[in-house]
Amino acid sequence: MINKLIFTLIVFSTIVFSQTQSADEILKKVDANTFSDSQIGTSKMIIHGRRGSRTVEAKSWQKGTDDSFTEYLAPAREKGTKMLKLGDQLWTYTPSTDRTILISGHMLRQPVMGSDLSYEDMMEDPLLQNMYTAEIVGEDTVINRQVWVLDLKSKKDNIAYDSRKIWVDKERNIILKEDLYAKSGKLLKQVLIHEVMKASGRWVAKNITYKDMLKDGDGTEMIIEEVEFDKKIPSYILSKASLRR
Amino acid sequence: MLIPKLAFKNLYGAGLRTWLNVIALSFSYVAIIFLQGLYTGMNDQMEASTIKAQYGGGQYWQKDYDPYDPITLDDAHAKVSDELQKLIDEKEAVPILIRQASIYPNGRIQNAVLKGITIDQNVLTIPTSKIISDGGYIPALIGTRMAKSSKLNIGDFVTVRWRDANGTFDANEIKIVEIMKTEVSEIDNGQLWIPIDRMREMTIMPNEATMVVLEKDSKVDKNISGWQYKDLNFLLEDLRALATTKSVGSSIFYLVLLLLAMLAIFDTQILSLFRRRKEMGTLMAMGMTRSKLIQLFTLEGAMHAVLAAVAAIIYGAPLVAYVAKVGYGLPEATDSMGFALGDRIYPIYTAGLIVGTIVLVFTVTTIVSYLPTRRISKLKPTDALRGKLT
Repeated sequence: MINKLIFTLIVFSTIVFSQTQSADEILKKVDANTFSDSQIGTSKMIIHGRRGSRTVEAKSWQKGTDDSFTEYLAPAREKGTKMLKLGDQLWTYTPSTDRTILISGHMLRQPVMGSDLSYEDMMEDPLLQNMYTAEIVGEDTVINRQVWVLDLKSKKDNIAYDSRKIWVDKERNIILKEDLYAKSGKLLKQVLIHEVMKASGRWVAKNITYKDMLKDGDGTEMIIEEVEFDKKIPSYILSKASLRR
Repeated sequence: MLIPKLAFKNLYGAGLRTWLNVIALSFSYVAIIFLQGLYTGMNDQMEASTIKAQYGGGQYWQKDYDPYDPITLDDAHAKVSDELQKLIDEKEAVPILIRQASIYPNGRIQNAVLKGITIDQNVLTIPTSKIISDGGYIPALIGTRMAKSSKLNIGDFVTVRWRDANGTFDANEIKIVEIMKTEVSEIDNGQLWIPIDRMREMTIMPNEATMVVLEKDSKVDKNISGWQYKDLNFLLEDLRALATTKSVGSSIFYLVLLLLAMLAIFDTQILSLFRRRKEMGTLMAMGMTRSKLIQLFTLEGAMHAVLAAVAAIIYGAPLVAYVAKVGYGLPEATDSMGFALGDRIYPIYTAGLIVGTIVLVFTVTTIVSYLPTRRISKLKPTDALRGKLT
C-alpha cells in the first residue's frame, strides 16, 4: 500500500514537474517549427463576407521575422497589388492607381483585402517566446490530435494581445487553435487550423480560419498551397523598388 | 438742371423699354445683395458655431499632434503642463485626449476616434455633463451623424476596441448615453466622447491630453514646452479659405448677371443713338454742345441704375428682410458636406454691402452707357438732321 502511494506520488509529481518545465519547452518547439530564415509560398485567402465569399490568391516571400513581400495574383481586380513589410513599416502598391502607400495610423486597423486579418496583425512578432510566459492548463483533442492547452501571458508591456490561449499538437509542435484576448479578457480573435501538411521537414498549417470574434461572419479562410523554407530570397524582392516592378 | 430733366423725360417716354431694363438691372441688385448677405451670414455662422463647439478661445496641441495626419495620433499625448493644469482647475480650459479605436455596431467593424473630455466643463458647447454612468459601463456621447452612420441609439451598448499607451489591445462595452445635435461635423463624424478620467485609465495615460482648449479670452503664456499654441486665426484658416473660395465662385454668378443687364443697357443706348439721330441734330442746331449731348445720353443710361435701385428696394427689401428673419432653409444633404451650418442660414446684410453694390452697379452702368455715346463726338449736326450717323 505504501509502495503504491509512493509510486502514485512520484508519478504525480513527475507529471506536474514535467508540465511546469515543459510549458516553455513547448513554446520553444512551436517557435522552432514556425521560425525559418526564409519562406516562399503561395496561398489562397477565402473571405466570407455578408454578400458571399471571394477568393484572393497571393505569393509571399518572407525573410526572418521582420521582412516580407506579398504579390496578389488573383482575382483580376487585385492582381498586381503588392505589399512590402520592412521592419515595422508596411507599404502597399496598387496598380490601378500606380501609387505606393505607407500603411500607418488608423489604416493599420483596416482589414487586409476585406478579410478578418488587419494590417497590424501582419506586423506582429511571430515568435511567442519573445512575448509570452506560458503555462500548461490542460490537454484536449483538436482535429483528432492530442494537444496541450497553454495559457500565454504577455511578459512585456508593448505586446498587442495581452494574453492568448493556444492548443499545441503534442507530437508535431504546431498550434492547432489559438484564442487572442484583450487586456480586459475579451476574446478578440480566434485562429482555427483544419488541416496541416509537412513541408521541408516542418509541420505547416495548410487550412486556417481567422475570425474576428467581435464581428459577425464566418471569418477568413487561408489555404496554403505550397511553401518552401530556407530558400535564398534575392535582395531586390524585399525592397521598395519591387513594389512597382 | 436741363440735362437731368431732359434725361428723365426721355426715359419716361421710352416706356416699357425703360422698365424692362430697370427690372433686369434690379434683379442684379437683389441677387448680389441677397447672395452676398447669405455668404456673410454663412461664414459668420460657421465661425461662431465652430468656435463655440470646437476651437474655444484657441488651443494648445501636444507637439506631435497634427489633425491632418492620423499617423501622429498614436504618439500625440503628453502630461498636461502645470500652467495648463492651473487653467483646467480654474475651468478656463478643457483637456481632450484622442485615441483611435474600432467599434463593432451590429457586428460590423467601423473606425472611430475616442475622445476623452472633462465632464464638468463650460469651455465648449458639447453637452459633456450628460456623459455620466450609473453602472460599471463606460458612458459615451455621440453626434447625430455618428448615430446615423453606426445605427446607434441612446441606451445601446457597443463594443469598442482600442490600443493602450503601450500598444496593447483592449476592448470593452460602451453605452451610448446621449446623442447630441451639433452643426460642427468635426466633433461628430466617427467620434465617441467619453469622460477623460475613464479614458486615461483605459489607455494608461494618467493626466495626459492631446490638446487643451482654452476659454475665450483666456490669458496664458503662449510658450509652453512640449505644447504648441494655435490661435483662432490659425484654427479658422481653412474655414476662411473655404469662404473665400465660395465667394469667388459666387462672383462669377454676379458677373454673368451683371453682364446680361449691361448688355440690355448697351443695346438700349445703341438703339437710342440710331433712332434719335434727328433729335440729336435738332438739339445741336439749337446750340447744345456735343459734350452736353454725351452727358445727356450717358445720364439716361445711368438713370436706369438709379431707377433699378428704387425698384430693388421696393420688392427686394421686404424679401431680404424676411429671409434675414426666418433664415434660409438648407437641404439635408448639406449637413454631410462638413459645413457647420445647421438647418438654416441667417443672412447678414450690412450697410457696406448695400451701398457697395449700389455704387458698383451704378458705376458699371454709367461706363456702359457712356461707351456707345462716344460716336456723338464725331457727329455733324447737318448729317444728324438728315438722319445720318457719321
